[in-house]
Amino acid sequence: MNFDFSDEQKFLKSEARKFLEANSPASRVRKVLDDEAKAYDADLWTAVAGQGWLGAAIPEANGGLGLGHLELCVIAEELGRAVAPIPFASTVYFLAEAVMLAGSEAQKAEILPKIAAGEIIGCMATSEGPGPLTPGAVQTSVSGGKLAGAKIPVADGDIADLAVVLAKEGGKAGLFLVRLDGPGVAREAVSTLDPARDAAKLTFKDAPAERLGPAGEGFSLVEQIFDRAAVLLAFEQLGGADKCLEAAKTYALERYAFGRPIGSYQAIKHKLADVYVKNELARSNSYYGAWALNTNAAELSLAAAAARIAASEAYWFAAKENIQTHGGIGYTWEMDCHLYYKRAQQLRLVAGAPRAWKERLVSQLERRNAA
Amino acid sequence: MDFNDTPEEAAYRASVREWLAKNAPKSAVADDWEGGGDSMAASKAWQAKKAAAGYAQITWPKEWGGPGGTPIQQVIFNQEEARRPVPPNPFQIGLGMCVPTVMAFADEDTKKRFVGPALRGEEIWCQLFSEPSGGSDVAAARTRAERASDGSGDWIISGQKVWTTGAQFSDYGIVVTRTDPDAPKHKGLTMFWVDMHDPGIEVRPIHQMSGGSGFNEVFFTNVRVKDSQRVGAVNDGWRVSLVTLMNERLAVGGPSGAGWREFMEAARDVGGLDGAPAIKDQALREKIADWYVATEGLKHTRNRTLTALSRGETPGPENSIGKIVSAMQMQDLAATALEMLDQYGIVSDPQLAPLHAAFQASLLSAPAMRIAGGTDEILKNIIAERVLGLPQDIRVDKEVAFKDLPRGR
Repeated sequence: MNFDFSDEQKFLKSEARKFLEANSPASRVRKVLDDEAKAYDADLWTAVAGQGWLGAAIPEANGGLGLGHLELCVIAEELGRAVAPIPFASTVYFLAEAVMLAGSEAQKAEILPKIAAGEIIGCMATSEGPGPLTPGAVQTSVSGGKLAGAKIPVADGDIADLAVVLAKEGGKAGLFLVRLDGPGVAREAVSTLDPARDAAKLTFKDAPAERLGPAGEGFSLVEQIFDRAAVLLAFEQLGGADKCLEAAKTYALERYAFGRPIGSYQAIKHKLADVYVKNELARSNSYYGAWALNTNAAELSLAAAAARIAASEAYWFAAKENIQTHGGIGYTWEMDCHLYYKRAQQLRLVAGAPRAWKERLVSQLERRNAA
Repeated sequence: MDFNDTPEEAAYRASVREWLAKNAPKSAVADDWEGGGDSMAASKAWQAKKAAAGYAQITWPKEWGGPGGTPIQQVIFNQEEARRPVPPNPFQIGLGMCVPTVMAFADEDTKKRFVGPALRGEEIWCQLFSEPSGGSDVAAARTRAERASDGSGDWIISGQKVWTTGAQFSDYGIVVTRTDPDAPKHKGLTMFWVDMHDPGIEVRPIHQMSGGSGFNEVFFTNVRVKDSQRVGAVNDGWRVSLVTLMNERLAVGGPSGAGWREFMEAARDVGGLDGAPAIKDQALREKIADWYVATEGLKHTRNRTLTALSRGETPGPENSIGKIVSAMQMQDLAATALEMLDQYGIVSDPQLAPLHAAFQASLLSAPAMRIAGGTDEILKNIIAERVLGLPQDIRVDKEVAFKDLPRGR
């Protein structure tokens, strides 16, 4: 039994933490938060590329470090802890994973080295309106290699260079790569719950689209990409959830009410114990997801769903109870509590809400039992 | 990251499997916990076999009669043993908690006298800590031990213990007593071992709300014990009891009661609100997902603990979440299953209710799960204080003589 990260991976994690503490403190996150015009921290993006993190799981032949997904998981946990204001998830968990999963050799050779070098930003364009992603919810269509329709919201769609778009072709859904600086693409920033993570509405009118993966397999590919992204997002969520628990604990020790630290009251102690329990359940499920992702196991789909559900619940619970533990001061713009509160929602919705993942999970259990 | 044995672990597992194939019983005996009747003979025979082969308490050092193995070897043995129809194990409280406590403080003669018979299953031990006036608050024990007035140095014990598992078939027990009521409560306790066959000890089964009787009340009436039966120093019983409770921590529990699989099985056969099978009900599906995720989370938390043991490290505190999560889930899942059955949910006849009334049985044992071995509230206090480092609760009873403490019911 060796259900843990290796010493080298743990070392990478502690180095990543040091790097982000120096390069992405809350004051830097706030620069993006407070500046309407600033969509992400470009200096941090360049620095992160310099660390090789963007290509951690990309093979060396395609310009990456060729480490593996376990290494990417420990980096993701630290990025989540730092609420890093960069399009890492869109570019690495979605675009890079999509290309590695479904891309032709030519597409891999063209796109992956640019991702690893920090030269392009990616995004994943699936949603077209309120409600979960279902076949009826996709109106965007491709005909003769040209894309028409609109996607909203697209995380990082306002700054991305290359989009993975789910669209119908001949009545069946497929995946397509679309250059966002090309013709027929209009983009419009939309204001979002988490101002440190922007999103856009992308409108396509005869935009050149290149197929990614087999025709008609769009939904199956999206599910596979989301499975992979879900595990990596779960580690970001874990990092954020643990940070919230630390912040709440620190405050509960410092803040006095009725003559004693609020952390000495069972109402607070039991609340924070509940946070700890949820965080540990999320951690254990995420470790299993990491194992399944790294070995491309048959269990990946179930493991990813469990990791996503547990980590989404843990981060949201930790973020809201962190504000509650802080009381009034926790509701101010000056305190950092709201960064996690907003990011917790951003992350739990970006690859589909937990409700949809629960349905997927139970459907899989049903199929497995029927088999 | 993998789930494989190390080469040493694989070799050990192979030898355990080989031994079990030759020696383990081929069929199960009917479990008879309450009376300790037929299954007890089988349990004792199996324990003796394990002891002879060095599988009884694998981590015990050689001077205690064990093979001096590692915690992960014990885990491997437990995993392999669980795949066989072995009889119930009524020795665990004694071997896991009581005997190690006695051994940590007793003289050589006492150790020699007790270790072997306990290891071979010839003598069973119970732990007499909880009292009617103190469950979570073990240090509030009122059972008195006073020096005999005849100058023999003997002690006379009187009082009552409660929730004592296995007292009805135990030969010996360790008991926490009050020896100095003038001292603050933690400083006036003393531990003894006692012979459960003493005529001054009366064991009465507790009629539980589930209808069963797995626990007991134990009454002490002028039970005379030798001073040599004292475990640790006079008035040092609190420290001694911490040794016992520390050993309890190492117990790694698995899931219990009806779980998500059983729920899904039942939901396929029961109609839902719209006449379609209940398994298609979206509200129930969300709950199934939540239970699955929590169950998987606990399984992999145990795997993290096993990883630490496998590496020879001390496991982290993560395993402390197990009972809080599983006990609450057991209750929630059972109640949801009954709701799914609608009016039929009240039927607890195993011949009539789905899955032999497993959900009804779960519902009735869930309250015990949330209380036994540390209530939900005590476990959350432990996490908050020992894991997160939050302050202890304010103790109004710490510096006050025990006899002056206010008493409720």
